[in-house]
This record gives sequence, C-alpha cells and structure tokens, in this order.
Amino acid sequence: MSCCGDHPTFEEIDQVSRLVAQKLSAFLKTLRDNGFAVGLAEGRDAATLMASGYVGKPGLLRSALKHLFSARKSDWDKFDGLFDAFWLGKRVRSRSMTSGAAKTASSPSLKNLQDGGTISGQSATDQVPSTEDGPEGRGGEGRMEGASRAENLAEVDFRKLADPEQAAQAHDAAERLAKAMRTRLTRRDLARRHGYRLDLRRTIHRNISHGGVPISLVKRQRKDKPLRLVVLLDASGSMSMYTGVFLRFIHGVLDEFREAEAFLFHTRLAHVSGAMKERDAARALDRLSILAQGAGGGTRIGESLATFNRHHAARVIHSRTCVMIVSDGYETGDANLLGREMGRLAKRCRRIVWLNPMAAWQGYVPVAAGIKAALPHVDLYAPANTLKSLVALEPYLARL
Amino acid sequence: MKTRDEIAQALAACGYIADAELATAISLMQMLKRPLLLEGEAGVGKTEVAKALACVHGTELIRLQCYEGLDQSAALYEWNYQRQLLAIQAHHGADADAVEDQIFSEKYLLERPLLASIRRETPPVLLIDEIDRADDEFEAFLLELLSDFQVSIPELGTITASAIPHVVLTSNGTRELSDALRRRCLYHYVDYPDVEREARIIMARIDGASASLSLQIARMLEGVRKEELRKVPGVAETLDWAAALVGLDVRDLHDAPETVYETMMCLLKTREDRARVTREVTERILGKVA
Repeated sequence: MSCCGDHPTFEEIDQVSRLVAQKLSAFLKTLRDNGFAVGLAEGRDAATLMASGYVGKPGLLRSALKHLFSARKSDWDKFDGLFDAFWLGKRVRSRSMTSGAAKTASSPSLKNLQDGGTISGQSATDQVPSTEDGPEGRGGEGRMEGASRAENLAEVDFRKLADPEQAAQAHDAAERLAKAMRTRLTRRDLARRHGYRLDLRRTIHRNISHGGVPISLVKRQRKDKPLRLVVLLDASGSMSMYTGVFLRFIHGVLDEFREAEAFLFHTRLAHVSGAMKERDAARALDRLSILAQGAGGGTRIGESLATFNRHHAARVIHSRTCVMIVSDGYETGDANLLGREMGRLAKRCRRIVWLNPMAAWQGYVPVAAGIKAALPHVDLYAPANTLKSLVALEPYLARL
Repeated sequence: MKTRDEIAQALAACGYIADAELATAISLMQMLKRPLLLEGEAGVGKTEVAKALACVHGTELIRLQCYEGLDQSAALYEWNYQRQLLAIQAHHGADADAVEDQIFSEKYLLERPLLASIRRETPPVLLIDEIDRADDEFEAFLLELLSDFQVSIPELGTITASAIPHVVLTSNGTRELSDALRRRCLYHYVDYPDVEREARIIMARIDGASASLSLQIARMLEGVRKEELRKVPGVAETLDWAAALVGLDVRDLHDAPETVYETMMCLLKTREDRARVTREVTERILGKVA
C-alpha cells in the first residue's frame, strides 16, 4: 500500500513508516470504538506483522490481523467489514477515516457495523402497527396512562430517557438488589465452611511433618458459584412506558452483580450487555439506541426466546442462573411456541422470574394468551412498574 | 518457518484438511509466539487441529482436559505424598535437613500437563481443551503461565520453560471467557466446513469413500444442517455416517434411500431431531443432492 520509488532515502522510509504507524493506530482506535479488546501488545504485534512482508498482500494481511485482533465470534464476524472500510475504502470515504478521528457516529456505514447481526435485518424489521399492540388484553387504564407519551416513544429514542437523576435512582435499586442477593450467598457459604468430606490427599500432605500421623484434617466443601442474573427486557410498543425505567435498572444490574447478562427483545432479540456495560449511563443508552432498531413495534416473545435458547442459552446460563423476564406478555406471535420455549428455558436455568408492569394495575388478570402459556413455567410472577416496586421485590428475589 | 501454503500441505499430509485462514493462524502462532484460541460448535474438529499440529511439527501432544474444579495439583504439579512418607519412614533418625532436601527434590515431583509442557527439550503442542469448563480462578492462573512460561514451586524454586510450547486452547462457548485471556490469544472461529472441504475431509479420513460418494454425503450434510435442529451434526458425526455408509457398501446415496434414512442415527442425536427429520424430509434433502 505505501510504495515508494526505486531508491528511497532514509528520510522517506522514516516518513512512510511513520505514516503507516499513524494509520495503524487510527485503525486500532476504530477497532476499540467497535468493541474490540485491543491492547498495546496487539498493536506491537500488528506492527511486526506489517514489517514482515504481509503488507504487500491485503487479503493475507486482513486474515492475519483478523486472527490477532478478534477475541470472540462477534468480532470475527464484523472484522472483515471494518478492515475493508478502513484500509480499502469500501463503503466509507477513506479521507474521513485517515484523519484518525474514527468517530463511529459520524460515519454511517461503520455505525451499522457496530452489530452486524442485529442491524443487518433492519430494513426487514417487522413493525407491527402500534394499533395492533396487544389486541385483546389491553385495558382502558392502559390507554389513559400511556396516551400522552406513547407517541414520541413509538420511535424509541432511549437518549430522551437518560435523565441523570433517575438513572442514579435506578442504580441504587439495582445495587440494593445485588447486595441482598449476594449477602444471602455469603451466609450460605459460611454455614458450610467446615466441609463435609475428608480430603485425603491434602490431609496426608499436611501431616507429613508429623511423620504421617493424621493430626490436622483437611476437608472439602462444595464451592458456591455466585448467582448470575440474566435479564430479558421486552422493548415493544406496548411496553414503551416502562422501557426507560427497566433499562436504567438493567444498567445498574450489570454494574453491581458479579455476573449478569442483558438482552432486549421485541420482534427480534439483541444481546445488549456490551453496550450497557459502559460506565456512563448516558453513553450506554446512546450505544443502545443503535442496537435497538425496530424497538417499539410488536412483540414476538416466543421467537425471541427461541433465538435465546438456540444461540445464547448455552453460554450465558449455568446451574445457578436466575432468568428475569420483564414483559407484559402481549404476544403477537404464536402463544404455543412461547409455552414450548419457556419450558425449554425452565429446564436450563435455576429460576425464572416474570415481572409484569401491567400486573400492578388494579383489576388486572393475566388473560393474554402469551402470559397464560408462560405462567406454568414461571417461579415468581410479580408486578413491577416503578423503581419502588422493584425494590419491594427484594425479599422475594433474595430467596430465589 | 513455513509459509501458509506449506502449512496447509503439511496439515493435509497429517489428515487434516484446513482452510486458508487456519493455515494463516498457525503461521502467525509461530511468528508471534502467541497461543491460538479456537472457538466453534461441538464436533467441528477443534481438538483435531492440535493433533494435526503436533503431527506437523513432529512433536508430542500434551493434553489438558479442563473440567469444573480443575486445580493446580491436577494441572500443574503435585508432590508424590506416598513416596515422601515412605522416604521419611526409611530415613527415621537421620539428619532432618538432609531428609527434607531429599523429599522435596524433583524425584518426588509428579508433573502434570502444564509443567510437563514447559520442561520438554523440543517444544511440544500443549492442548488446553474446553477451557470454558474450568473455573475463573484457573483461567486467571493460566493467563499468568501463558505470559511468563515459568512456574514457581515454593519448595523447589522457579522452573523456566526450556522451550516455549505451541499452545492451542479450545472453547465451546458454554461460558464467556475473560477479555484478558482472549486478548492474549490469536483467535480463530472454526465453522462447519463447506461442501468441498467436507468432501475432502471424508476422503482423507474414511478408507474406501469414493470422491462421488464423499461429495454426495457432504451435500446431504449441507441440507441437514439447514434444518432447524437442536444438535447440528458436526464433522465427527459426518465421519461416523460416512464410515457407516461405506461399511454397508453404499456406493450411491440415491440407490439406497432406505439405508440413508436408517443410518441417520449417526447424525441426529436427540429424539426431537430424529422426529423432525422424517422419511419425507430425508427424501427431500436427498432429492436436492445431485
């Protein structure tokens, strides 16, 4: 790529290598902006690679850098696009990139690459008209309560919901919850401290100094894994009133729990932990609104759960996982599918909590087909529509 | 150091048909001296990569199978307590310091895979299989080992690697690995092979599989993987199935649709999948196979 005359002077070589180094560091920045975990050591190795003859063959260089910089499947999948955009100027004006700014917000094609998996289906998003949200079960109160804000939330711009004060409150709630669930674990741990099984090998080792007479015993105890919370948040039109509250809550959860994962679903499912783990709540919501294309439409809980079970469950769920689904249960897809997938999910995880904002209303009965199909598999079904009600759930959740 | 094409050829000679990207990854492994992290669905041949790599370098393969609760004594080293005790009994009444020096010498040390891998004269291939099954603590410990390639044993001192082993880690993605470990490694995602590569794999691995049959089997597999299955068959299953078909003397899949349906048990490992791929579905997929 940076070729020179037949006999370059040393100054020229110096300049060229400096240019390449600058461009490389701009590329590293682009990668970091796109969620790659790239450190100094990787940059150094990349420079070694470029100095070793790989640079002449873009295809080979791409493949080599792909192995070096990728750390997971999602990185692996989007690397080629980023590389082409940056080095070969495809789909992106290379001028705007070489300046080193690499602002994802300013270059639309790079922005789309932020999550290739979810955004690629953007044009094909099934936007169920909002009039069809929850066709049967939507009570009169719902319309009253949601009427004024429903309109501007139909396009769901999460940034508008990033009020710092409320965000801080949500954080507090999540923190309290995390503490409640964790202290519980610690106490259980203490009760078992003495162990229940003799560790013969270690006992012999410990007592070698006594000539092998077992004086001090070593015991084994089962190790406690910290509880993992996986939150699946319904971001459909019928839930738009509450999406903001719960997003802030999720941000707190991801921050405070030792192990937590978050997913958003509407007609599709999106893994949002990465975007939400941003320390700054406002920035997290910013990144999220890119991921959440198509939010505010209809809900396909069954299909979203099927996606979750198929592609994510094996990775994010272990034997001490509590899955928290936040949804009103208004399913626009097949309710039978929802029931089946809930059954599968229930087999995998320890507990399922279903929080339903609608259930907080007076006179609400779970009659919607979706929620009816799901309820048999749910361990805790509770109303939650405000932060206060979330905090009130603390004792129940701590017992899970 | 070998070039990419030479590596691909050498791998093929060892019975592993690699794609161009994997060959690149292996040449980078040598150049940058970094471990290689392989991810992918179960049964796509991740472990085979390490075996083929050992064959290419003509060295030993040292394998550490990870599991929950794996600790240093099972992975790194352990003292041979029984022998130590016997030695103490035998030297009863002797000088205490001398006895201590003796029982904490290398003679009484049991090396486990990780220690073994750094004490070899020629660098072996160290396969750390299914790292996602091990605990977080073990992962952190491994990270330290992979960066320094030295181990300190309190009673004996520090052991530094005589040769840096070729390290291959595999993960099935049952747990999210730490960013630090991921960053340390080169990453390669092992996907299901395309039709041509799969056919070549069958021919390389199964004696008596003709080119036309291998291609038919590979096409069939392509169709089966497109069905909504709970457990998508991997390359290992393909090879089982191909071996079964060859063993049953099938020359052309179209000649024996009944056998094809019946031997699908090699591919479909759950009751639901078996129920989903009915006779009709099998025939439909078979119909698309030229």
